[in-house]
Amino acid sequence: MSILEYNGAAIIAMTGKNCVGIACDTRLGAQAQTVSCDFRKVFQFNKSFVGLAGLATDVQTMNNLLTFRKNLYELREEREMTPRVLSNLLSNLLYEKRFGPYFIEPVVAGLDENNEPFLSGMDLIGAPVYTDDFVVSGTATGNMYGMCETLYKKDMEVEELFETLSQALLASVDRDALSGWGATVHIVTKDGVISRELKARMD
Amino acid sequence: MDTVIGVQYEGGVILAADQSNARSILTYQSNLDKITKLSPSSALAVSGPNSDLVNFSEYISKNISLYQLSNDGLQLSTHAQANYCRGELATALRKGPYQVNCLLGGYDAPSGKGKGSLYWMDNYAALSKVNYGCQGYASNFCLSIMDRDWTEGLDQDQAVAIVDKCIRELEVRFVMSQPNFIVKVVDKDGVRTLKFGADPADN
Repeated sequence: MSILEYNGAAIIAMTGKNCVGIACDTRLGAQAQTVSCDFRKVFQFNKSFVGLAGLATDVQTMNNLLTFRKNLYELREEREMTPRVLSNLLSNLLYEKRFGPYFIEPVVAGLDENNEPFLSGMDLIGAPVYTDDFVVSGTATGNMYGMCETLYKKDMEVEELFETLSQALLASVDRDALSGWGATVHIVTKDGVISRELKARMD
Repeated sequence: MDTVIGVQYEGGVILAADQSNARSILTYQSNLDKITKLSPSSALAVSGPNSDLVNFSEYISKNISLYQLSNDGLQLSTHAQANYCRGELATALRKGPYQVNCLLGGYDAPSGKGKGSLYWMDNYAALSKVNYGCQGYASNFCLSIMDRDWTEGLDQDQAVAIVDKCIRELEVRFVMSQPNFIVKVVDKDGVRTLKFGADPADN
């Protein structure tokens, strides 16, 4: 089993009309065994969310690192980090460890300074991809790509985006042994963040 | 292969560990105490090779004492201690890893949280707050028992009963003979030993 599949994760982020959504499962496992059902992999940084899929220890380490760097940025710059900047910071932090990487594959989702949706995904050494529809990451990417490609439409409103994200994630993780056991969805609009727990299959 | 079990209840945490210190075909010692007191209201139960077990738990407990001495008696919350422990493990991970899996149990006074909390930490430094947990092969046998029997608002006797049930299951079904177990409780009155199979004495 690959080191990126040791703990299990599933993350999807999608854009909507003047909003973005990001969803993750909440399983923490040690290979086949499930340890916890409330291990969230999506972390908020003002108007941006970072989803970290991969080895749980590096998920926690990178969350701590990003929080530290975000706080330092805000102290020095006296302004908030936009999602583009956060994504670039993350990419740099990962490439610094090019020959001994963090085993995570992050996604960044947020609203930029003009409240335009922003999405990016990257691999474990920080190679970014910027899209305008959806990004996925984790142990069920094959499933998630299929679900997203089928269900996604441009310019979905908040409630429709929530429904699409939830269905795409739930259907994907139900066919993956290593992810699932609960799910959390966040929708970011210019007025704030709506967070909901999904009722998922606990198996 | 060590067994470490922990159960959180209303008012504290029960930690249990086997007492054998063995390698290959030889048992060096059968009265080892693998549960170290970290502070007046927290303890760390560790599994792993004896060298790392002793080194890591002493390092953490001494550093937590140092914090208290340096900061005018200020006591770290269980959450803070667990995250400190994780940080040390995570830093060592890519230098010279400690091969330890631990359960950290602590009690926070009502002004903090007013209840016991249990933290599961694996050797890769993934940290998760849990209601009950096991490390080692024991988890294959004991997690299901705890899944069935644990509820919110247990008292100390009920929590000890669950731990006893787990130990008895291991005696019947686990191939390795673990004749001695030490059981400790962490509650408002501190860390104390409830029972042991063999007296740890000076160790």
